[in-house]
Amino acid sequence: MSTVAEGLSAEALACRRAERTLFRDVSFMLRSGEVLQIEGPNGCGKTTLLRTLCGLTRPAAGCVRWAGEDIRDNYAAYATELVYVGHHAGIKEELTPLENLVFAAALGGTNGRVTPEQALQRIGLPFECEDIPCRKLSAGQRRRVALARLLLSSSRLWILDEPFTALDVSGRGLVESLLREHAARGGMAVVTSHHAVDLAGSTVQQLYLG
Amino acid sequence: MNTPSLAHAWFALLRRDVMLALRQRGQLANPLLFFVLVVALFPLGMNPDPALLRNIAPGVIWVGALLAAMLALESMFRSDFDDGALEQMLLTPYPLPLLVLAKVAAHWLVTGLPLLLVAPLLALLLNLEGEAMVILLASLALGTPLLSLIGAIGVALTVGLRRGGVLLSLLVLPLYVPVLIFAAGAVGNAQAGMAVTGQLAFLGALLALAVALAPLATAAALRISLD
Repeated sequence: MSTVAEGLSAEALACRRAERTLFRDVSFMLRSGEVLQIEGPNGCGKTTLLRTLCGLTRPAAGCVRWAGEDIRDNYAAYATELVYVGHHAGIKEELTPLENLVFAAALGGTNGRVTPEQALQRIGLPFECEDIPCRKLSAGQRRRVALARLLLSSSRLWILDEPFTALDVSGRGLVESLLREHAARGGMAVVTSHHAVDLAGSTVQQLYLG
Repeated sequence: MNTPSLAHAWFALLRRDVMLALRQRGQLANPLLFFVLVVALFPLGMNPDPALLRNIAPGVIWVGALLAAMLALESMFRSDFDDGALEQMLLTPYPLPLLVLAKVAAHWLVTGLPLLLVAPLLALLLNLEGEAMVILLASLALGTPLLSLIGAIGVALTVGLRRGGVLLSLLVLPLYVPVLIFAAGAVGNAQAGMAVTGQLAFLGALLALAVALAPLATAAALRISLD
């Protein structure tokens, strides 16, 4: 029972957009150390499902529970356990990667293990990129800046929308290893991806939408 | 677990917004230039009789400030909406109305405060002097934050729309009218040597009300826009 109460669960979630039902009866239970991979064709509602899990979009039916509680009942507690990296990750074009990360840490909290500089290094952003505005970086480098937030955060639940987009092979390998480490520490992750994700050693659940 | 305090997050947000504005100075200068030009064109476009200018000065300066404030509104949440920073703001454990207040405060610092700083110059241009100028500054100091707070509600409601500009003006302008009436009225009274405490007290009361309530409405509107 304790493991059940620890994790994230969805109960009969349904979502409608513009009079069209995107998905219904989506249920799952994610426990500590597990990764949920969501697959499905374009436009089937993957991003909407992730936003619903974050509490940004209100489901048409069903509910999302964290530790057995509806996330709307105690949203602040849920928000401290959550990192969401969407298509647009809130990276400010005019700020440098370092400034972006320092700000993300100020708003989202840190785990005290990793400094923003170390996070950028680990994520594979060349040292000289730290001081140039993000608008001058490539799409893949910007994605790396967004994902560097994962290293700073102490949240147990990662919700990642297409984290592999625009990343090269080494970047994809890096994200996979981040996910494996996170799961090994007892974290949870919900990931959408069109690619096969190599998470050998972690428990991966798959959910097919559409 | 190491969640920073609310005050730390609040000032981080304020600092970031001011820093972003200072890096895009062109956007910053736009409303200010508009304000200066509108007011400076009046003496050219009509009879430059000092007595006449003095009479129309309160209205002209306040209408200019109001339109300049409206011109600057759109930028309050637009870029945050486009790059996902607004979503991230909603996903923090802090009360959203307080974060909204930080954003409005930053917006006022970079768009409202400059209006206040150039106003004495424009007042001299229109032959507004002495006590009337002091009252003009007092009314702007109370009024421009009010414009930012009220405007934030409108921006939050329309930020999800692709072309919300016209709608924003229609939504916000009626709410700006009381501010204009009381503020310009106060300056006019000061010129005529009459009491101004009534109007200024009204502006102060409206400001207190807006500080308390506008962030709540803005936060609710943002949640709707992002749903």
